[in-house]
Amino acid sequence: MASSFARVLSSKRKVGILSLVGAGSLTVGFFLNREQHVKAGAHVRRIYPPSAEYPDLRKHNNCMASHLTPAVYAKLSDKTTPNGYTLDEAIQTGVDNPGHPFIKTVGMVAGDEESYEVFADIFNPVIKERHNGYDPCTMKHPTDLDASKIRGGQFHEKYVLSSRVRTGRSIRGLSLPPACTRAERREVERVVIDALAGLKGDLAGKYFSLTLMTEQEQQQLIDDHFLFDKPVSPLLTCAGMARDWPDARGIWHNNEKTFLVWVNEEDHTRVISMEKGGNMKRVFERFCKGLLEVERLIQEKGWEFMWNERLGYILTCPSNLGTGLRAGVHVTLPRLSKDPRFPKILDNLRLQKRGTGGVDTAAVGNTFDISNLDRLGQSEVQLVQTVIDGVNYLIECEKKLERGQDIKIPAPISQFK
Amino acid sequence: MHSSFAHLQGEENITEARGTGVDATMPFGNTHNQLKMNYTAEQEFPDLSQHNNHMAKVLTLEMYANLRDKQTPSGFTVDDVIQTGVDNPGHPFIMTVGCVAGDEETYEVFKDLLDPVIEDRHGGYKPTDKHKTDLNPDNLQGGDDLDPNYVLSSRVRTGRSIRGFCLPPHCSRGERRAIEGLSVEALGALDGDLKGKYYALKDMTEEEQQQLIDDHFLFDKPVSPLLLASGMARDWPDARGIWHNDNKTFLVWVNEEDHLRVISMQKGGNMKEVFNRFCTGLTKIEELFKEKGHEFMWNEHLGYVLTCPSNLGTGMRGGVHVKLPNLSKHEKFGEILKRLRLQKRGTGGVDTAAVGGVFDISNADRLGFSEVELVQMVVDGVKLLVEMEKHLEAGQSIDDLMPEQK
Repeated sequence: MASSFARVLSSKRKVGILSLVGAGSLTVGFFLNREQHVKAGAHVRRIYPPSAEYPDLRKHNNCMASHLTPAVYAKLSDKTTPNGYTLDEAIQTGVDNPGHPFIKTVGMVAGDEESYEVFADIFNPVIKERHNGYDPCTMKHPTDLDASKIRGGQFHEKYVLSSRVRTGRSIRGLSLPPACTRAERREVERVVIDALAGLKGDLAGKYFSLTLMTEQEQQQLIDDHFLFDKPVSPLLTCAGMARDWPDARGIWHNNEKTFLVWVNEEDHTRVISMEKGGNMKRVFERFCKGLLEVERLIQEKGWEFMWNERLGYILTCPSNLGTGLRAGVHVTLPRLSKDPRFPKILDNLRLQKRGTGGVDTAAVGNTFDISNLDRLGQSEVQLVQTVIDGVNYLIECEKKLERGQDIKIPAPISQFK
Repeated sequence: MHSSFAHLQGEENITEARGTGVDATMPFGNTHNQLKMNYTAEQEFPDLSQHNNHMAKVLTLEMYANLRDKQTPSGFTVDDVIQTGVDNPGHPFIMTVGCVAGDEETYEVFKDLLDPVIEDRHGGYKPTDKHKTDLNPDNLQGGDDLDPNYVLSSRVRTGRSIRGFCLPPHCSRGERRAIEGLSVEALGALDGDLKGKYYALKDMTEEEQQQLIDDHFLFDKPVSPLLLASGMARDWPDARGIWHNDNKTFLVWVNEEDHLRVISMQKGGNMKEVFNRFCTGLTKIEELFKEKGHEFMWNEHLGYVLTCPSNLGTGMRGGVHVKLPNLSKHEKFGEILKRLRLQKRGTGGVDTAAVGGVFDISNADRLGFSEVELVQMVVDGVKLLVEMEKHLEAGQSIDDLMPEQK
């Protein structure tokens, strides 16, 4: 538990940071509250002009490459966030990974909360493209974690094998995984597990540090499909997220194994609620309860999550802004999945399919992972309701096909409500 | 060749730059910020309890505390130096170095860490020792008569860094491109049997690529986590390329693990010719750089300065592919190599196993011996190994051929 000195430091940490570091290296305007404007840090001296440093993106196909013109690069290349994060660092992963002709990756990451402000000239168009037209300059993102608003959400287990909701949360004031120092990462771990230790009832659980876990614990976590590995994807390693592995990484889960938190993997935290079977409503209820309780517990210690009304919850990858939420089910649709109208139906319902191994896997048999397409611009409640309504429709289609009846492609639902 | 540090102001700690108020020029990774100074050294010190590399053996908390607020003039910090060693704990049997340099000044600013690492890695080489450079091929005795029935090919490689530029872990795209430009210009002026052509990795055609693969010249983007963790593969394949002469006996890699890797090679056992070409080529390239106002990183303590501390001094590995099916099974093979100051590898390079009794035999040392001395060891040593192999083939003992420890 934190010493009294640390408690004082923690509650005053936002101001304390400024006083500890020498004058001139951090500017005023450190992101204290839920304000939008942030000043950039000290300019970086370049030996070469931006034109000599501009990356060769001719063979690239990612969102960053689509929007990083020489002019934008020149404007931003000598700026830094108050922590010293630069544009070159933010785009490194996109430079190193040209992308795939068929899959358009994002191609950039944030090193801290202020990255989204200081480098807004590139982040905004990237966000707009990735989030299907959401304009951070003009639109506001709604946050709603009131699970009582959900209608329905209990699927028949003949079709829905499991239900899951995941998101991420970042601790304000600490750098994100691409940029954090070892001490910052350890501080994230300390703050988070301190809060998780305060969870009670059906949320009470235990933390397993990656550096300290025993062989038995490791095997159990593998058997439960909870254990995450050091990232191997070059999309992640090129962004610097795997540095110092496995220091300050770990897995927390409740005793019932229905609420799980990953610490310092791709984000400060990834929060997952899940169950076998089709009770998405209960999964989401637990999700909201757990998240709100963790938020309350960290606030007691003077911390808060990164959030603003423009971008919602701030996470490392721009693709996870807003709700950072992916709510989905593993659902068996033997007839519907063979119907040529299946992709269009999903599209209009604003759902996406993946194999049951996760993104980039193929479906096994007739079981699919079906989840929401959108992350930003709609609230958690809205997105989960979309998934529930959509999966209901898919199951209805499947039943109709079982009975030899025809199905209809639904009208496309509107994206921004 | 004088130290590069002479051009800086002559105060103590001239190559250090205090963090606050200094413009860090080459941002890469998390460490170009003073954020970590908000935390204590204990809070930032890496967990090295599972580690087995030279850096982990040397780096104490006290040392880390003393070094962590320093940076080189280009902004390279101790955390940058050690990142690869933190991320790669090492292998129980192979001792990796676990640190890299981001520029020439790294070896000065972080000497408290790198001097003991160098001493450990290079057989007791002290901070006060001087390294001798000798690229006069006439000083090599023999080497032109290794038996081609046993010695299949001969090769000498080294690296060179261009003074004033950051090294691969730290350089920006602009710097890397400038290095490529200068190198291509210098190599373009070579003539005679050294005349050749440059193939930029990002521009080469399919045919050129296939030819380079067939010639075993093409290098790939590094996959080893030892290299990736240090940042050397950033922006691949931008400003990387391969140059070779028309005869395919002299090859230069640009911006792979070092600014330049220079390789001279040919089939057969005429190591003298290979070394001759090596020295001539290197000397010519150096002249061409000097004409344009550039020089190689070198000083009389560390010799040629390269990215990895293991390649300091000569940065040279001279070796042969040699058939030793009988000798390699002999119980004293390891001891013989050790006494001859040679090391064995598989013919696929470091970390590969030997195939069909054919071994890559090369000098074990890099620093503290001159190029001529090292190649002499290889030439003399391989001659003896082949003689031993012939003895064993004939069923004779090799006991009276056992060498003394060099």
